[in-house]
Amino acid sequence: MRNRKTLLKMRLCRRTGLAWLASIVIFAGSALAQGELRFCLRSEPKTFDPLKVEDDASVAIRYLTGGTLVRLNRQTQVLEPELAQSWKISNDGRQITFHLRSGISFSDGTPFSAEDVAYTVQQLMDPALQSPTGDTFRSGSGSVETKVISPTEIAITFPALVAGLDRQFDQVAILSAHSPKKEMAVLGPFVVADYKPGATLLLRRNPNYWKSDEQGHKLPYLDSITLDIQPNRDVEMLRFKRNGIDLINSLDSEYYDRLAETSPKVVHDAGPSLDSEQMWFNEVLKAPLPAYKKNWFRSQTFRRAVSQAINRDDLAKVVFRGHAQPAIGPVSPANKFWFDTKLKPTLYSPDGALKALQAEGFRFENNTLKDKDGNEVVFSIITNSGNKYREQMATMIQEDLRKIGIQVNVVTLDFPSLIERMTQTFDYEAILLGLTNVGLDPNEQMNVWLSSSENHQWNPQEKTPETAWESEIDQLMRAQAASSNPLKRKEAFDRVQEIVADEQPFIYLVNRDALSAIAANVHGASPVILAPQTFWNAERLSVK
Amino acid sequence: MNFWRRLAFLVLLLVLGMSLAANWLAPAGYRTQYREAAGAPPSRQHWLGTDEIGRDRLARVLYGTRISLLLAPAAALLSTFMAAFIGGLAGYLGGIWARGAMAITDLFLSLPWLFLLITVRALLPLNVSPLISVLVTFLLLGLLGWTSAARVLSASAGSFRDSDFVRQARASGIPGFRLFWIHVLPNLKPVLYAQFWISIPVFILSEANLGILGLGVAEPMPSWGSLLRELEGLVSVGEEPWKFVPLILLIIVVTSFQLLLSKEEGLPV
Repeated sequence: MRNRKTLLKMRLCRRTGLAWLASIVIFAGSALAQGELRFCLRSEPKTFDPLKVEDDASVAIRYLTGGTLVRLNRQTQVLEPELAQSWKISNDGRQITFHLRSGISFSDGTPFSAEDVAYTVQQLMDPALQSPTGDTFRSGSGSVETKVISPTEIAITFPALVAGLDRQFDQVAILSAHSPKKEMAVLGPFVVADYKPGATLLLRRNPNYWKSDEQGHKLPYLDSITLDIQPNRDVEMLRFKRNGIDLINSLDSEYYDRLAETSPKVVHDAGPSLDSEQMWFNEVLKAPLPAYKKNWFRSQTFRRAVSQAINRDDLAKVVFRGHAQPAIGPVSPANKFWFDTKLKPTLYSPDGALKALQAEGFRFENNTLKDKDGNEVVFSIITNSGNKYREQMATMIQEDLRKIGIQVNVVTLDFPSLIERMTQTFDYEAILLGLTNVGLDPNEQMNVWLSSSENHQWNPQEKTPETAWESEIDQLMRAQAASSNPLKRKEAFDRVQEIVADEQPFIYLVNRDALSAIAANVHGASPVILAPQTFWNAERLSVK
Repeated sequence: MNFWRRLAFLVLLLVLGMSLAANWLAPAGYRTQYREAAGAPPSRQHWLGTDEIGRDRLARVLYGTRISLLLAPAAALLSTFMAAFIGGLAGYLGGIWARGAMAITDLFLSLPWLFLLITVRALLPLNVSPLISVLVTFLLLGLLGWTSAARVLSASAGSFRDSDFVRQARASGIPGFRLFWIHVLPNLKPVLYAQFWISIPVFILSEANLGILGLGVAEPMPSWGSLLRELEGLVSVGEEPWKFVPLILLIIVVTSFQLLLSKEEGLPV
């Protein structure tokens, strides 16, 4: 009996052991589903259609749900293969050929093939759709041709060269040509499972997601992501402190310091971001300003002197509590490839500024600066009301410029009034605003640097460039856009940065740091400076 | 004058006196930026600490009090005068004049003033000095704040229209406007005083509200409105109690005005 019992036990043990081993084998190919991540969207997503995406909330959802052919690694800033295993751009920069992975399905089970890519590109480039993502591919008149070579190979030909063509596909989430679920059938790590407008959005893991980690575990690790729609940052902060949410993607410096006092391990300063704060003078000839003021604002010496008299270190230290860096030029040092390392920061020197102005005929009398015609140098700086940081920067600049006898009046206006003055009436003297950069490529700034552009803020829509340096910038920007050689493009854009640093049409003030907060129970997070800072690797995050 | 009204009067006198003596009590000045000590807690050098860009908070509170306490009564005076003439005359004349004036008053009362003030501010010239911006802010408040008072005064003046002394004066051949000026207006005095005292705290609070929206007094000039903006950060409320000084001062001043007002209205305190 004993022997039989022992035998049975041994068999049982063997069976249990085999089952355990089998479970390991099965487990290795299955998901390591771990937890729910919660964070806030600061506004309602305007669309779930990835081709129509424009607002930040929709961009975040596209990032989490959309599958792309290539993906810019937010940490290394290098383009990596995703749905496309490899790709090749033609010598003339007009055509890109993708070799796709096989055996991939959309979230609803519809198989993925080159037909879906062709369908997505045709939809994207349809003028009737007015896709903001599609606009970045428009470089010339004519239609885009797509040629499906095989189920795993497709060639896309554009009417003219598109600079940085492959990088642009980072923003293109592939749609299914055949799925009845249309844009709700996705190739990304998560799918939209539930949406309560004004309250929450629930994303669940995509059961058909194609990626696995190095150990063979299916990605994503998370079971779900709950996005609470919460525009109030104070409430977001309080919820984070009470463990109601797991991360804050973008944090103000004031909140960062307060959190750091109590929980230093949850806050992250990833260093200077791509965002910059800048001011500029109105150089529009038809602006309703006195002629002598236009002369000041169009004078390189005047702009450079003002720039020199602003203490950027203090702005970074006081207004942003040290979580910002004095800006050097139009490109943040965070943009590893495109930043011109030869540029030197503008040194703070009120004395130097005053000397330069005096050499230009300005006089410093009784603590007041006067031009050569005796006009007192007085101008206003407008910024948008409600933005505490900009109001503080404007007040500090007011005090800095007082030292060289310039009287600055700080005016805060509601945003629509400010934009109307900036773009319609040109009834302003100087503006202080910020620029949110999401892309690394200079082509995304074409609308700022071309003198004919509407967003050439200091003097928009020039029929022909009004200055030699603006003409040179136009030529350089067009040259870099027409080249498919990254080094030649960099050389041209470096020169643009040098001209801008020399002429100071924009007086760059600071680059804010990318600040975020991540709860200790979130694993795998590694905040970066590129959006989305905290969940760029969402498929590898887990919550315990 | 009972104890509470005396106390209110003394408090107002003290606050006004301190604000007028700001140059001596806080020689740091309201615009000097001590950037090395930005956001500092109270210390011997800065009794109420410094604001986020390093300006002495005590100096800003005292100068801000001076501005709010001097200009709010001026704006109240302007609006009371306007209310007296528009509301008082409408009530005195009656008929179509009263209906017309009250229709305009109702229209003014129904307008979304906050948005209109934002628009008016956007239309004003940009290059105005901080001092002018202060005057313009309170002038706007004075020009727009007459409506409620006008309704009260119209009703009061209407009650005098058919009174014996007015009929007698009319029968004596006193011309209409002179009759209004000499006989009716003096009888409206108690209501006018009450409206004046009511308007002062209302304008102080209005300026504070505009300041919170960034539409009030321009930098670097302080006002209670701009000082109250420091309380916007909900997270900081419990940690830096000295930031509450402008709010406490505002409550004390408004309460003191209300206590004084109760005498004018003959209300028990």
